[in-house]
Amino acid sequence: MSVTREAARGTREREAGSARIDAPIASLVDCGEFPLLAANPDLHYLDSAATSQKPRGVLDAMRDYYERDNANPHRGAYELSARATQRYHDARARIARFIGVHDADRVIFTRGTTESLNLVASAWGRANVVAGDELVVTGLEHHANFVPWQQLAIECRAKLRICAITADGRVDLDELSALVNSRTKVVAFSHISNALGTINPVGDIAAIARRVGALVVCDGAQAAPHLPLDVDQLDVDFYGFSGHKMLGPMGAGILVGRRDLLETMPPYQTGGDMIEIVSDDRSTWNVLPHKFEAGTPNVGDAVGLAAACEYLDRIGMDQVHAHERALTALASERLGAVQGVRIYGPPPAARSGVVSFTVGDIHPHDLATILDQEGVCVRAGHHCAQPLMRRLEVPATARASFYLYNDEGDVDALVAGVEKAKEVFG
Amino acid sequence: MSDTDALYQELILEHNRKPKNFREMSDANRRIEGRNPLCGDSLTLWVKLNDDRVEDISFKGSGCAISKASASLMTAAVKGKTRVEAEALFDRFHALVTGKLPEGEEKGLGSLRALGGVSRFPLRVKCASLAWHALHSALESGAAEVSTEREGDAPPPTEGA
Repeated sequence: MSVTREAARGTREREAGSARIDAPIASLVDCGEFPLLAANPDLHYLDSAATSQKPRGVLDAMRDYYERDNANPHRGAYELSARATQRYHDARARIARFIGVHDADRVIFTRGTTESLNLVASAWGRANVVAGDELVVTGLEHHANFVPWQQLAIECRAKLRICAITADGRVDLDELSALVNSRTKVVAFSHISNALGTINPVGDIAAIARRVGALVVCDGAQAAPHLPLDVDQLDVDFYGFSGHKMLGPMGAGILVGRRDLLETMPPYQTGGDMIEIVSDDRSTWNVLPHKFEAGTPNVGDAVGLAAACEYLDRIGMDQVHAHERALTALASERLGAVQGVRIYGPPPAARSGVVSFTVGDIHPHDLATILDQEGVCVRAGHHCAQPLMRRLEVPATARASFYLYNDEGDVDALVAGVEKAKEVFG
Repeated sequence: MSDTDALYQELILEHNRKPKNFREMSDANRRIEGRNPLCGDSLTLWVKLNDDRVEDISFKGSGCAISKASASLMTAAVKGKTRVEAEALFDRFHALVTGKLPEGEEKGLGSLRALGGVSRFPLRVKCASLAWHALHSALESGAAEVSTEREGDAPPPTEGA
């Protein structure tokens, strides 16, 4: 990462006359817009799949809300509360537009992907899953899209079935076809694997689920930040993601649900804001989206997430995706050329901005510690995907993940750090 | 010495490559699983206690260089020691890796001093102490499983996606 685009270009001279004629890959944005990156110019932040850094515009929007419009929305009979309500409403509409959802009332604010998926498993699941039913997940899933279904299965005496993955880390569609049957109630899968970066064919998977009328639930945590998204065009019933991985603040995420399902299923949590009439012995529920947003809403973080959508739209999600693809291809090629490096998952063209790898028998934690000493931040471990790690027969991997502020200098630092680790471990 | 060199001293790398007492033990009277759930590190420790003394000790498992070398060094250090002596050594070792050992107190630690570099890496304290926590549980109660998550060590690397 570099403070300016020009500086990034200057980090590597063009080698005129040699095989290499492309300019180095520069950051898509001015890293000076990201206060943390500007304050740490030597940092190579390659862990955006865990959480992204935040541009000043997002931080300013949140501050502005608290300084000018903060009040409890939907409550006070005074103008300030009306302004807070409006900010919250506008944030929802802005986010809905960013993800291609026409009906903003089916965009529910949650704390993040984990809560979005728990909401579905808990509220829809308990009302609809009975003993003998089957719930299908894939071997690629993050624990957030695995454990809620596993626990629902235990509670309802249903059966959790795990679809196999191919040797290169994709969902095995033939296996999925064979697995899904008339008892299948839910097919839950990730749009993009957090551990490997595999981009899954949402339409193909949904089509298999539709054949038996199963609920289609998609974990979009790694997709919403990195791909142009048109949720209305995806054949899914529920789609969840987190704001903090897409330049927004921690603490705000989204669940998009099909209107008829959201209207008929029971609420997830009960309390203030989500009710219509509370009698002594029963209650009725508020309309969407409020039915699924019990308690004082997180307006400040919603405003921040909307500002993040604004920022990303200005850059263009096609551009973001192309940029990450270029960095991923380059990093895969450069790392792949280092002896002892093994890269997991499908070829770079079938992945998002993630490179999951091991280096000989150096344990990924040791690798991450040495990289950290060189200013390179990568994730090491099981990536909250223990079932996947077992299937890959590896206890842990190191994972470098890219975003719009990364540049070729970050790839250089990563490769140099890996070489350094090889040196230390002889 | 750089922080990296302080952490990965030659002795550590050597014990990582060729750990001592890295084997199963059929006649052990204590067997315990140690786990660091967030990292995925795991080890099995076998202890043969005879009359309150560690007559033999061995381990197997998978983990980073620090956890493996630490387990290896630990088995060599506590073999032949009484329960009380082993516990006292753990206290001093823990002080060493958390940077709380008073100046001049390192001497009695012998080879364990090679793990002193861990004190510069708070995130790695768990790795270095995994085997010791397992030993502590084995000596104390003979419990079957120990997890670093129930011990008071520094926070682990975050588990975020």
